[in-house]
Amino acid sequence: MSIVVRDLSYGYGNKEVLKQLSFSLGTGFNLLLGPNGAGKSTLFSLLTGLFNQGQGEVELCGLDLVQHRRAALAKLGVVFQQSTLDLDLSVKQNLIYQGSLHGLSAMDSLNRVTSILEKLELSQRLNERVRQLNGGHRRRLEITRALMHRPKVILLDEPTVGLDTDSRLLIIEHVRQLAKEMDICVLWATHLMDEANFDDELVLLDRGQIRASGQCQQLYKKHEVNDLFELYRKLTQQVELI
Amino acid sequence: MMPYYYCLVGIIKREFLRFLQQRTRLLSALIRPLLWLVVFAAGFRAALGVSIMEPYGTYITYQQYITPGLCCMIVLFNGMQSSLSMVYDREMGSMKLLLMSPLPRPFLLLCKLIATAILSLIQVCIFLLIAQFVDVDTPAWGYLTAIPAIFLIAFFLGALGLLLSNLIKQLENFAGVMNFVIFPMFFLSSALYPLWKMKEASLWLYWICNYNPFSYCVELLRFALYQELNLNAFLVVSLATLLVSVLAMFSFAPKRTLRG
Repeated sequence: MSIVVRDLSYGYGNKEVLKQLSFSLGTGFNLLLGPNGAGKSTLFSLLTGLFNQGQGEVELCGLDLVQHRRAALAKLGVVFQQSTLDLDLSVKQNLIYQGSLHGLSAMDSLNRVTSILEKLELSQRLNERVRQLNGGHRRRLEITRALMHRPKVILLDEPTVGLDTDSRLLIIEHVRQLAKEMDICVLWATHLMDEANFDDELVLLDRGQIRASGQCQQLYKKHEVNDLFELYRKLTQQVELI
Repeated sequence: MMPYYYCLVGIIKREFLRFLQQRTRLLSALIRPLLWLVVFAAGFRAALGVSIMEPYGTYITYQQYITPGLCCMIVLFNGMQSSLSMVYDREMGSMKLLLMSPLPRPFLLLCKLIATAILSLIQVCIFLLIAQFVDVDTPAWGYLTAIPAIFLIAFFLGALGLLLSNLIKQLENFAGVMNFVIFPMFFLSSALYPLWKMKEASLWLYWICNYNPFSYCVELLRFALYQELNLNAFLVVSLATLLVSVLAMFSFAPKRTLRG
């Protein structure tokens, strides 16, 4: 399994925001669905080791995140909800910087992403300043960057927030394709239900608890619903406007 | 070792590129000490006379006296500002990216401190070049011997900034740092007046200045600009750097513990 979470709890002061989460995810496209405030970003901060782990365990590719933090991080790529690109640097400079943080030379860094850049239609923009790119291209650059060190797991925290529908669908399609081609585990956090496919693995998070976990289609059958919207409504009693 | 080398070079290069993009940052870093040098020192020149003292061979102007202190002021501001942004960036922004690197965290912080120190060094060199036009006469070789001293001081003050920001929640904004760290450190040192003058004015203030590591930074640089090594200052700054950097690196948490 690529991501294993066991009995994970976390709180801010006295307020518990994640309660005894347990799930495991393999390679392919996995969806972490939950409304705003469900605890998705907190969970991501725990999965990336940016928050000191609360109670419970996190394993990435069989490596315990506390005991083998560095080895686990080497297998992990992340796209954060808020952009972490240097707007005043060029696309190329941003990529080289990311490579250096993983101990790669400038040339190696660029060589590793040549094919991804082409696929995401960024190879002609290497010398452009990131500030000049639109939101969709910036996100694609962040995805490219996250894949540079050839991770086995990639986490994307609401990567389509603020993008128009076309860009959103294009990015999600690209990521699905990359997950298949590179045989990696993708965990895609979102609150937008139209980003799910019926064969995706789903973790439904609501108010810090997992309400459902499994393949979408099987969950529909199990809970006797027709689609994700109904499943969501049934299990969370909330309706998120898309 | 190569991954470590690439990482160090990558971080330094990125900081340098960002610095080049932010021209106003250089301007604001220089305008403050230049105001002190050109306006404040000119006014005080008439009021204050600085007698012959080491390392100067003759009577010197007040501008000449405060130049090392102003160089350290640039370094102090830059170091504190960078360290503060490192702490702020932990929860949002580019620091997240840095902390996702599989290389050891203390090494990554070390790289950041080295990069900050190099930027401080560049700013001080530019300041010293401009200062030449305001009757500040430094021996040509002095600029060269000052480089390692400035680097050491910059590293120390960067690490101190990081340690303080790690430990004191209230230092999250720069105004707090100015009032509680930068100004006391600067004014309670030998940057603007020789300590023997301070002793004449107030003995307890003199002792505070005497225990302020910033005084040793200023004296280290003052002597280095005249190609001399102030061994006492060098030892104090070196030991303080070692202590503060170790404490800063190990007190750095990826997230503030106050909330988690």
